[in-house]
Amino acid sequence: MEKKAVVELKDISKSFPGVRALDHVNLKIYEGTVHALLGENGAGKSTLMKILSGMYTEYEGKILFDGQEIKFRSEKDALEKGIAIVPQELNPIPELTIAENIFLGREMTNGLGLIRYRKQYEATQTYMKKLGLDYDAGMKMSQLSVAQKQMVEIIKAITRNARVIIMDEPTSALTGAETEYLFEQIEALKKTGISIVFISHKLDEVYRICDEATVLRDGQWIGNVNLADVDEDTLISMMVGRSVQEIYPPLFPHKKEVVLEVEGLKGDRFSDISFSIRAGEILGFSGMMGSGRSEIARSIFGMDRLKSGTVSINGKQVMIRDTHSAIKNGIAMISEDRAIYGFVGLQSIRSNIALPNCDRFSNKGFIKTGELEKESADICNVLHVKAPDLVTKVGTLSGGNQQKVVLAKWLIRNIKVLILDEPTRGIDVGAKQEIYKLIADLAKEGMAILLISSELPEVLAMSHRVKVLVNGSFAGEFMHEEATSDKVMKAIVEGGSKV
Amino acid sequence: MKPKINVAKIYRKYGIMLIFITLFAVSSLINKNFLKPQNLMNILKQISVVTIIACGETLLIVAGLIDLSAGLTCTLASCFAAGVLVSTGNVFLSIITGVITGMVVGWCNGFLITHFKLQAFIATLAMTNVAKGITQVYTGGTAINGVDKIRWLGQGYIGIVPVPVVLMLICVAAVFVLMKYTKLGLYVYAIGGNEKATSASGVNVKRMKRVFFCISGALVGLAGVLLMARMMSGQPSVGDGYEFDAITAAVVGGTSFTGGIGTVGGMLIGSIIVGMINNVLNLLNVSTQYQLIVKGLLIAGAVILDVKTKEGKEADS
Repeated sequence: MEKKAVVELKDISKSFPGVRALDHVNLKIYEGTVHALLGENGAGKSTLMKILSGMYTEYEGKILFDGQEIKFRSEKDALEKGIAIVPQELNPIPELTIAENIFLGREMTNGLGLIRYRKQYEATQTYMKKLGLDYDAGMKMSQLSVAQKQMVEIIKAITRNARVIIMDEPTSALTGAETEYLFEQIEALKKTGISIVFISHKLDEVYRICDEATVLRDGQWIGNVNLADVDEDTLISMMVGRSVQEIYPPLFPHKKEVVLEVEGLKGDRFSDISFSIRAGEILGFSGMMGSGRSEIARSIFGMDRLKSGTVSINGKQVMIRDTHSAIKNGIAMISEDRAIYGFVGLQSIRSNIALPNCDRFSNKGFIKTGELEKESADICNVLHVKAPDLVTKVGTLSGGNQQKVVLAKWLIRNIKVLILDEPTRGIDVGAKQEIYKLIADLAKEGMAILLISSELPEVLAMSHRVKVLVNGSFAGEFMHEEATSDKVMKAIVEGGSKV
Repeated sequence: MKPKINVAKIYRKYGIMLIFITLFAVSSLINKNFLKPQNLMNILKQISVVTIIACGETLLIVAGLIDLSAGLTCTLASCFAAGVLVSTGNVFLSIITGVITGMVVGWCNGFLITHFKLQAFIATLAMTNVAKGITQVYTGGTAINGVDKIRWLGQGYIGIVPVPVVLMLICVAAVFVLMKYTKLGLYVYAIGGNEKATSASGVNVKRMKRVFFCISGALVGLAGVLLMARMMSGQPSVGDGYEFDAITAAVVGGTSFTGGIGTVGGMLIGSIIVGMINNVLNLLNVSTQYQLIVKGLLIAGAVILDVKTKEGKEADS
């Protein structure tokens, strides 16, 4: 049977003042398939999806829907025609129930205009059952996990008779098991003839779930491939425009002296945590979300209170009361949630760099603008921050560049311990590679680094030593040479079954 | 599409100045008395008290806070300052009393917000009643007279410029420097833009919020002293509602209610625009009731512009 195209974008171009965001891009989506949209950050994926979902109504080129030329007037218009988007950042209303969220804006009402809650609930329950979801439609959104919230978004799309569902990095906040669950649902949706546009940086997932891929680079259309025909290296080189031999840099041997030593740390979600990191050593933390890895890091950095335990730097015990005292003692942290803890989006690169460094860049309360300007420019140069100038607002940069600014604000200080919690989340391959190299270089200079990551290959390749965390305590330790994903996964599973 | 983008672009670049110039031109055409230097000085004199309050209010709003008690705190400070002046005859002591009164109320606001984690809106709303109550208890509801010694502050001139206008410009300049060139100013924008990230950068956000409220309170107190000098008495019933005039000036001047964006320079223009509109309507013999309607529409218009130009910004990124 000949496959039927649901929607086709032809020769789409879009310009913003000073930037050509899209340049004659094509995208053809067939019925009942999963189509990957690939490209580095800033390649134009989001812009293209905003055009497809009706958010941008001004563009060149044309959109064919069921073979008919069409122009969406608004997001609502696109939604009514059958194009739904599940955004990366979900925005449900936490205090409403699942059913209320799903019918938000098109409530079922009776003659008096009152909402028929019962009917909404039942309708939702039916849809949920169809997808094999076993939780209750009367639950509040705030009680759901990220994966469950995503499912609600997907149901919302289905109830609106969506024919194309755009998923923007749906797995970025999911655990392994939740991802599996999402993939099962995607398979089920495919069978009903719904098409999915899948945006992801994780190529292994793309290969698992997608049929076809369209690659963009710098707003240009690079190609459309059948995923069965191309290997990962080819795909990466299409995305970054050069071949990637080795993403991970070699690690340098670490020194003997211990920089960070913690003993008997106890907090809300972990207990009896003791470990040390030597100068130049990268210690990896591996474990599921909720295993306590981020919580341990947060408490060492003073963001959460410790119940008990000691922290020592260079053999001297230090009191960590808050982030201020952690920073004063040479500890810095890159948090897993950049946009919340990493930077002030409305502020310039320069101001963000100044923020934790006012002790250096101010004199009697006045900012030493000249010095700040010069040193910010230097560090941004070293880290290859791509921005028009230092007064560019950080919120307007790509994920990779934002992360580099966050790194810059710490690296301008004399940091002894650097904690990296998911340092490459939501960052494209090219920028990832740069950040790995930077981590290795920082270790070489003698920094002690704690690396926390959900991506196993990343922890394994980038750590001298990997510690496995399960339910708030350690369940194993592996040296770089012996650490394999099998062993680490086994430790996680066995640790979990012991409790 | 093209011209639409340009409007947003022009507005973002020249912002409120365009509206200011247009209004100025229109006003001078409508009424020939408008352009007289005496009238222009009068406009500035009329807005001086509110603009000084708005300096603090702008700082707070940019930091993601707000002070609804500013108007009645101003009243309280003016009555205390009048009382001290009457009983001691010392102008300097009177001014200090006013400023410290404002600072104390500001500190209390900051304490409620940081220690008990109240929202600024609620905490300062509560403080409004406290300030009003204390004023009533202290004055017994009648004006405090006999403050002739401070006449110069309210009625005097330096050259052709009224003293209140000079004081207002000094306050605006001081807060401008504070917000643009100091560490504290950086923290104002950072906390308003992203409080959590600022805290994670080692900034003691709670202490900073208390400091912001103390600074704003001091300005409110100073405005109270000026109010007393302009009225030539401590009036327990004047000052209520000044906080909204101050907020109006800040918002018309481009301060974003969601925090992180705004300048006192913009606020000053915003305040002058409001003053100009009131002035022209007065010259045209339009009654106060209608002036209120115009003012209300102006606030809505300013916020619409704010939202519209922000949309433009997002489309850019």
